[in-house]
Amino acid sequence: MKTTKTIIAWMEDKPGVLARVASMIRRRNYNVVSLAVAPTETPAISRMTAVLECDASQEKLVGLQLRKLVNVTNVVTDLTPDKAIFRELALIKVNADASKRSEVIHLAEVFRGQVVDVGPQTLTIEATGTQDKIDSLIELLKPFGVREVARTGPVAMLRGTANGRGISGNGRKAEQ
Amino acid sequence: MKLTGAQIVCEALVREGVDVVFGYPGGAVIKLYDTLIDYPIHHVLVRHEQAAAHAADGYARATGKVGVCIATSGPGATNLVTGIATAYMDSSPIVAITGQVPTNLLGRDAFQEVDITGITMPITKHSYLVTDVRELPHIMKEAFYIARSGRPGPVLIDIPKDVQAAETEFDYPDEIELPGYEPPLEGDPQLIQRMADMINAAERPLILAGHGVILSEAEEELLALAERGNFPVATTLLGISAIPETHRLALGMVGMHGWKHANQAIQRCDLLIVLGARFSDRVTGKISTFAPDAKIIHVDIDPAEIGKNVEPDLAVVGDVKRVLRALIPLVQPRLCVEWITDLLRSKQQYQDPQAFQPKNGRLTSPMVIREIWRATGGQAIMVSDVGQNQMWEAQYYFHDRRRGLITSGGLGTMGFAVPAAMGVQAAYPDATVWATVGDGGFQMTIQELATIVQEKYPIKIAILNNGYLGMVRQWQQFFFERRYAFTPISSPDYLKLAEAYGIPAKRVSDPADLRSSVEEAMRIPGPVVLEFLVEREDNVYPMVPAGASISEMIERHMVEEGA
Repeated sequence: MKTTKTIIAWMEDKPGVLARVASMIRRRNYNVVSLAVAPTETPAISRMTAVLECDASQEKLVGLQLRKLVNVTNVVTDLTPDKAIFRELALIKVNADASKRSEVIHLAEVFRGQVVDVGPQTLTIEATGTQDKIDSLIELLKPFGVREVARTGPVAMLRGTANGRGISGNGRKAEQ
Repeated sequence: MKLTGAQIVCEALVREGVDVVFGYPGGAVIKLYDTLIDYPIHHVLVRHEQAAAHAADGYARATGKVGVCIATSGPGATNLVTGIATAYMDSSPIVAITGQVPTNLLGRDAFQEVDITGITMPITKHSYLVTDVRELPHIMKEAFYIARSGRPGPVLIDIPKDVQAAETEFDYPDEIELPGYEPPLEGDPQLIQRMADMINAAERPLILAGHGVILSEAEEELLALAERGNFPVATTLLGISAIPETHRLALGMVGMHGWKHANQAIQRCDLLIVLGARFSDRVTGKISTFAPDAKIIHVDIDPAEIGKNVEPDLAVVGDVKRVLRALIPLVQPRLCVEWITDLLRSKQQYQDPQAFQPKNGRLTSPMVIREIWRATGGQAIMVSDVGQNQMWEAQYYFHDRRRGLITSGGLGTMGFAVPAAMGVQAAYPDATVWATVGDGGFQMTIQELATIVQEKYPIKIAILNNGYLGMVRQWQQFFFERRYAFTPISSPDYLKLAEAYGIPAKRVSDPADLRSSVEEAMRIPGPVVLEFLVEREDNVYPMVPAGASISEMIERHMVEEGA
């Protein structure tokens, strides 16, 4: 399996900014595993968590290239579980008629998942957690028949008071 | 005061100090042109939009100011693309203004609609699609600032027709608000001290100067540093003219067609000081064998260049000029006698004019270039095209004038020279400007002869006609068993063609006529076309095969018997 790296970038909420980010990543020959983009606590600034297939030195370069985009205001790379928390949300629709329902619900509870939709033939489970946790849940649900999975891709946040002042405009790593 | 979008564009151009723009009218910029004609800005009508972008690029490279080109929507805009990419690869500051279909038709595949901001996204430093006229003043201000600051580059502004016509209160901003954009200028003093320590400790230091030295106007500082420690200075192709090439310490160009002594200097030095260069594959050859004995210091304004191709031992991010100013007092004056004496001896040997004298009495391109150099005293602004002609120009003309070589390095755009020379001449009407082109590249933008005549640009065009797409033919000779697949190329009768445009022209095939022809061209006040029928299957030497170590050069004597 290829190694992946998670990068956080803050960007001005302007038309075309996401296209610029995606265009740069594609042009520099990186593969995107997931992208999660949404507004932040700061008006007009969006936050992106990107998971890319790359090694550590490539991660540094892609971070610098990202930072170079005029509308990108900040980038944090080098995220590890000891420095940051990672969470992903998944909706998993599983085959579960009346005979299997309680078994599936029990599994979901073990993973602190919630049942958010019940149909005659299916259950839909909402689960949050690290990528690994979601992967395991899906794996365990497979024998019942997983019909559909929608995952957000992880979002990440630095632990403690670190505020994510990552790569400054002059390319130096600022205090985290 | 209420102004239209078109007026705001023109007001901004005037405030940014633009006195000449290169462009081509069309349906989606008709309003802008209707306004432009009333402003004190000279408009150069090119014959193809690609030439407008190259001319703006040439203007920018020659002056350091932002060059401006204008094109209409759709095909007008796409015709700029090669020129924008050329400027992007070589960090040249241009602002490209394109018309766009009216905002209510955006996305509906309207007549002459094309997503030019999307198309140019990977080849612009930044771009704008202006959907509200109220945004136009600060967009114009930002565009010029972004184009010229930090590592320069092209910025595109796409302006729909209705935005050009819409009115708003005009107030040109003094300040710029770009929270994510802060070009690093000052180098870290601690790192500069370490840089000085490394330089002072080195036995065989070598400077490799790139385009960044010229872009930051650090020529004086480079010279001061070189002379302080008696450090030899090699350059990349785009670094040519960062140091006067006849200077004692100047080694000339490195890389695939660099001088043997310059490449050897890289392989032998124990400290390589790289200033404003990006370790292009054409410079490094096989990276694992590049500068094997050297510690590498990389100074660049673009943090993303550090470690992109070569991991340096020390990186200083900042403007080359400012870094050098801080560095120079920390560098110990010395002579580096052994190192430099040896290098200068081999420089003399390899740059010996006898090395390119023909054995058969026929005219060669190096002879032509060397004669233009002699006739212009190394002070012309040379604009070269791409291919063999470009490499010969770079090798045999010694550029002593600042910004004395304008050439497409990174993208290698054939057809660049003639339109870029127009931009150069527009900037400096009295300067001696030569465009050196091959018969292939010349035919790519040959239509611009009409622009040259209309603008009365006294550009001297030297066509090195060998009847081949010579660089590809050379590769075919070396690596494809002389199968000259589609590289023989015919030419029109350039004398008749020039005559049709009203340009004096002369054909030269005898070396004995070389000097008088060049001198005659210099005496003619207007444009001149000189066609040189040169040795057809001549090669550029030395040559480092793509992907090989720069120690492995193919030299003339290895290929040609008795040479």
